[in-house]
Amino acid sequence: MTVIDLESYEDALATYDPVMGLEVHVELGTKTKMFCGCSTELKQGANSQTCPVCLGLPGALPVVNEIGVESAIKIGLALNCEIAEWCRFARKNYFYPDMPKNFQTSQYDEPIAFDGYLDVQLEDGEIFRVEIERAHMEEDTGKSTHVGGATGRIHGASHSLLDYNRAGIPLIEIVTKPIEGAGARAPEVAKAYVAELRELIKALGVSEARMEMGQMRCDVNLSLRPNGTETFGTRSETKNVNSLRSVERAARFEIQRHAAVLNSGGTIVQETRHFHEEDGSTTAGRIKDNAEDYRYFPEPDLVPVAPARDWVEELRKGLPELPRLRRKRLKEEWGVNEHDMQSILNAGAVDLIVATTDAGAPSDQARKWWMGELARNANETGRGLEELPITPAQVARVAALVAAGDLNDKLARQVIEGVLAGEGDPDTVVEKRGLKVVSDEGALSTAVDEAIAGNAAVADKIRGGKVAAAGALVGAVMKATRGQADAARVRELILEKLGVEG
Amino acid sequence: MTDISTIIKLTAAQIAEKIASGELTAVEVTEAHLARIEAVDEKVHAFLHVDREGALAQARAVDAKREAGEKLGPLAGVPLALKDIFTTRDMPTTVGSKMLEGWVPPYDATLTTKLKAADVVILGKTNMDEFAMGSSTENSAYGPTGNPWDLTRIPGGSGGGSSAALASFEAPLAIGTDTGGSIRQPAAVTGTVGVKPTYGGVSRYGMVAFSSSLDQGGPCARTVLDAALLHEAIGGHDPMDSTSIDAPVPPVVEAARNGSVAGMRVGVVKQFSGEGYQAGVVQRFNESVELLTSLGATVVELDCPSFDLALSAYYLIAPSECSSNLARFDAMRYGLRVGDDGTRSAEDVTALTREAGFGDEVKRRVILGTYALSSGYYDAYYGSAQKVRTLITQDFEKAFEQVDVIVSPTTPTTAFPIGERADDPMAMYLADLCTIPTNLAGNSAMSLPCGLAPEDGLPVGLQIIAPAMKDDRLYKVGAAVEAAFVERWGHPLLEEAPSL
Repeated sequence: MTVIDLESYEDALATYDPVMGLEVHVELGTKTKMFCGCSTELKQGANSQTCPVCLGLPGALPVVNEIGVESAIKIGLALNCEIAEWCRFARKNYFYPDMPKNFQTSQYDEPIAFDGYLDVQLEDGEIFRVEIERAHMEEDTGKSTHVGGATGRIHGASHSLLDYNRAGIPLIEIVTKPIEGAGARAPEVAKAYVAELRELIKALGVSEARMEMGQMRCDVNLSLRPNGTETFGTRSETKNVNSLRSVERAARFEIQRHAAVLNSGGTIVQETRHFHEEDGSTTAGRIKDNAEDYRYFPEPDLVPVAPARDWVEELRKGLPELPRLRRKRLKEEWGVNEHDMQSILNAGAVDLIVATTDAGAPSDQARKWWMGELARNANETGRGLEELPITPAQVARVAALVAAGDLNDKLARQVIEGVLAGEGDPDTVVEKRGLKVVSDEGALSTAVDEAIAGNAAVADKIRGGKVAAAGALVGAVMKATRGQADAARVRELILEKLGVEG
Repeated sequence: MTDISTIIKLTAAQIAEKIASGELTAVEVTEAHLARIEAVDEKVHAFLHVDREGALAQARAVDAKREAGEKLGPLAGVPLALKDIFTTRDMPTTVGSKMLEGWVPPYDATLTTKLKAADVVILGKTNMDEFAMGSSTENSAYGPTGNPWDLTRIPGGSGGGSSAALASFEAPLAIGTDTGGSIRQPAAVTGTVGVKPTYGGVSRYGMVAFSSSLDQGGPCARTVLDAALLHEAIGGHDPMDSTSIDAPVPPVVEAARNGSVAGMRVGVVKQFSGEGYQAGVVQRFNESVELLTSLGATVVELDCPSFDLALSAYYLIAPSECSSNLARFDAMRYGLRVGDDGTRSAEDVTALTREAGFGDEVKRRVILGTYALSSGYYDAYYGSAQKVRTLITQDFEKAFEQVDVIVSPTTPTTAFPIGERADDPMAMYLADLCTIPTNLAGNSAMSLPCGLAPEDGLPVGLQIIAPAMKDDRLYKVGAAVEAAFVERWGHPLLEEAPSL
């Protein structure tokens, strides 16, 4: 691999001002493709989800998926965009074997949504406004698999396999205006923007926006200009940066690379760049000079899209609370600080906690379990919280059992362990494992008496006023009851029996 | 048993009636036409593919339905020649190109499905200019078709196979497609009837695209009523084609049965005359206008200045769209593949395949269209052409404020000899001078015979143009003109065609 010179980040920023443009493709979660009735389910065998339309067979014609249009409008509205009163699809003409018609049905100068913004919150709480140029509808391509080469790329391959199952899956491309003024925080802004956009898409319910599944893909365009100047420098386009962390790293790397090139008297080549997950670097792709010509023209096979104004307003009314505002509200409702809220967010626990409180648990209990025991388990087993085989309702049930005194914390952890192990719902686990708190006062009283008798020295200390020593006796009782006693009640009994005020 | 020569001269309406009444069986009718094809098509070359077994099976099914007492549709058992541009599951679809030689599509076009549902017997697929680009059928990769009036002359194009099949009595019905005149001009030069319905009136799903915003499938026949019956069978909204109009088919059959021009205002456009029009064509056209007046119509002269720009606009829009529509023929998924020896790249194989698979006219238009859409040229070419298109539409709108229909010669000359214009694309393009404005505006038009040119004894076509979704007017006027001419001539014009 060629060694790429990098300027130190601090030195780069001392001289240059980064300008970014972010292009995000979101695969919509519609049941069928954008222009035909084929399923969007990708689990089937190669080319099983295809028809004359998405294979681009001679004579076949597209028909627009209405849910696709609706999703695009929802995204546009949530991004504070204008929604076109009348717009058309356009053909983007270029050749690639995984594109069945050798043109992509997209939108060109008449996007469905345009001129919006998204406010994103940086780690220190600062709000940065990212202006949105446009959001438009288009279709995905098929997938090529190059066989026989060393790298998996087309170079050196003996042949290629084409799978058109993905061809025609609806995409929304969201393009920002040039992001200026972020300075050293540009990589952080890029990451925060993509993170916020992902939350927004999920909240709208139009896509699961799982970056690791390719449902959301980001291109990072970046250029540098000398501090204090206006004219944009030449940009590079880093393609398919597919995680939040990678977005940040790619922007950072390109700032350092551009600075090194410029400082050594070189010029930036307008080109695409491949991002490398393993070391966060980028390498040159294809040159993008201005001669690239997609010969766009309005798609004659589709009628214009003219969303009725009352429909748009209806969709606007139905928009969910925006993620940033929702987070702000929840933070206040839960009474947590910025740092804890960020941890909850990073853990992907917000919706789970909300669902748990919706199921009746106090929010502190819901947070405690999801961010404690369950986060630990998820971490240990390498799963996401939402992948754990326990539902918010079950967590709420555990919390209810604790609140009722039927379980103590230690027992509750065992119940959760049982649920995660597939032993059934919390009540079943309590039943099967015999985990109920010993609340029979007679049995408890006997156990306390035995503990006092067996630890006379400790009992004397307590009688003498050293209330803190009661812990040892509580421990003995808990041991004797195999942890099934309510520790608070045990302590009360001990102090009562020894005639000491608690 | 009725003999073959009688059966093949019957109209579609007569055939359907005789089958329904039991006077003829669908199998008899089909066999008669298959025998005619066998006898004359070697000379005419109207068909690229004849589906003898499939046609007879369809015919037997119709006869079985009748025997079972089921009610038959108005075209049940009537044979038809299908232009080889509509996809058919059970027959190859070549579009007249080497690029798709032997390709059997995995799906039926909506039009094919509708024909089958109407119990029409599809005899086979007809010859055409490659990808419907041409006015003579000489651009077919499978050799030219002869005009049954004179086999050394062209039968028009691109649908020359369909018009020749009708004029040679190989089929009473045929299907064509009309992007710039490919139904009407072949009808004109073969003495048959052809209709370009309103754009969106007949589904394009499964019709291999040449120029999506101009292409329109439609009926071809020997009489106005037969064309109407076929129009009704193939027309109507198709959810698979978003550009198809969601409205009932205009009442074309009713109009064809009640031909009349009394009290109608008929427009004659100044721009459809002048240099380049053959004397005999002008003469027969003028006689047609006189006939219309004698039948009670009022003739109004019209000025449609933007029509002069139609040909230029057409030759930017159609090639532009075709350059994109034909991009899919890349040798990857179907059709021809040349040079794939295991060492060449996909790009090389695509290039070699296109070089071998596309004819000169297709290449010419793809190159022209690619250029017209290029950045820096788009506004000057494609953009300007779209503006002209709007102007032409406006000229029609203004004209139809003053008249109910417009008439013109269908094409400036009679059938020219095969080879005469093959090396002169501009001369070839002029054949569509009068038909193109209708495609650009999206309204409807018909060509029907109005006599033979005195100087060469070849058929002349009269074009009738109606507003969008007023296709019924074509049939109302057409039926009246047809009846008056047949009365004047004493027989249908095709009776005068030489026997083959």
